[in-house]
Amino acid sequence: MQLLPLLASLAGGLLIGAAALALLALSGRVAGVSGIIGGLLPPRRGDLDWRLAYLVGMLGGGLLLNAWVGLPTTVPVSRTALIVSGLLVGFGTRLGNGCTSGHGVCGLGRGSPRSFAAVVTFMGVAFVTVFVTRHILGGI
Amino acid sequence: MRSILIAFGCGLVFALGLGLSGLVDPARVLAFLDLTGDWEPNLMLVLGGAVAVYALGARQVLTWPRPWDGLRFQLPTRRSLDQRLLLGAALFGVGWGLAGLCPGPALVDLAAGSADIVLFVTAMLSGMALFSVFNRFAPER
Repeated sequence: MQLLPLLASLAGGLLIGAAALALLALSGRVAGVSGIIGGLLPPRRGDLDWRLAYLVGMLGGGLLLNAWVGLPTTVPVSRTALIVSGLLVGFGTRLGNGCTSGHGVCGLGRGSPRSFAAVVTFMGVAFVTVFVTRHILGGI
Repeated sequence: MRSILIAFGCGLVFALGLGLSGLVDPARVLAFLDLTGDWEPNLMLVLGGAVAVYALGARQVLTWPRPWDGLRFQLPTRRSLDQRLLLGAALFGVGWGLAGLCPGPALVDLAAGSADIVLFVTAMLSGMALFSVFNRFAPER
């Protein structure tokens, strides 16, 4: 195991936690990306600007990353898999009230039993999904 | 204005954290999820590090009477486990395992404007919109 990627992952994780904590301390809000997007579909009056600002901030961070180190441009699966995956991620995170950030970082960080159950479920199912697609189906 | 600047800044730093952590790369996420393959354990540190910082800080912050810029903390109040939570998490798990992308990293990757990511994000937003329609007919009790 190389040390540099390991330290980068740890530092990235600390930064993610700090940013989510800052939103809680400053605005009192949960930094759950699926919830922040989902709250715009449909948009509600008086609840629009901070959501848009957060998402624009994320895109701005993406632009900086792309300029500094480059962002990945390909996903190593077929287009059909990408579409099915996107639909499931979108519908599933809304039905389950959260994704890796809302349940994973903020929910686990607050010791929420619902988030713990959600994280165990989505990680477990994701492990099984990758096992099936890679080692039983031989790639999608 | 202040609330907009706060949200913008937090979103930006959150994205930089995702970039530094490696979570923006679907190939690496899939390698992390591939327990029986060439497993990449590093990404466990991302979640571990993020949860540790948040847990330590939130314990302090939630003793405040209110957030710095706001009247109250807006936290989820439901406590019980239900079918929607578990079914939703399971569907999300299948989707995450199929392509290695979850909402945050997908949005950050969108900044590079590649066809793969645009396709994924379009499908993801469609899935969320479908949920909004579904939720109108079968609202949460």
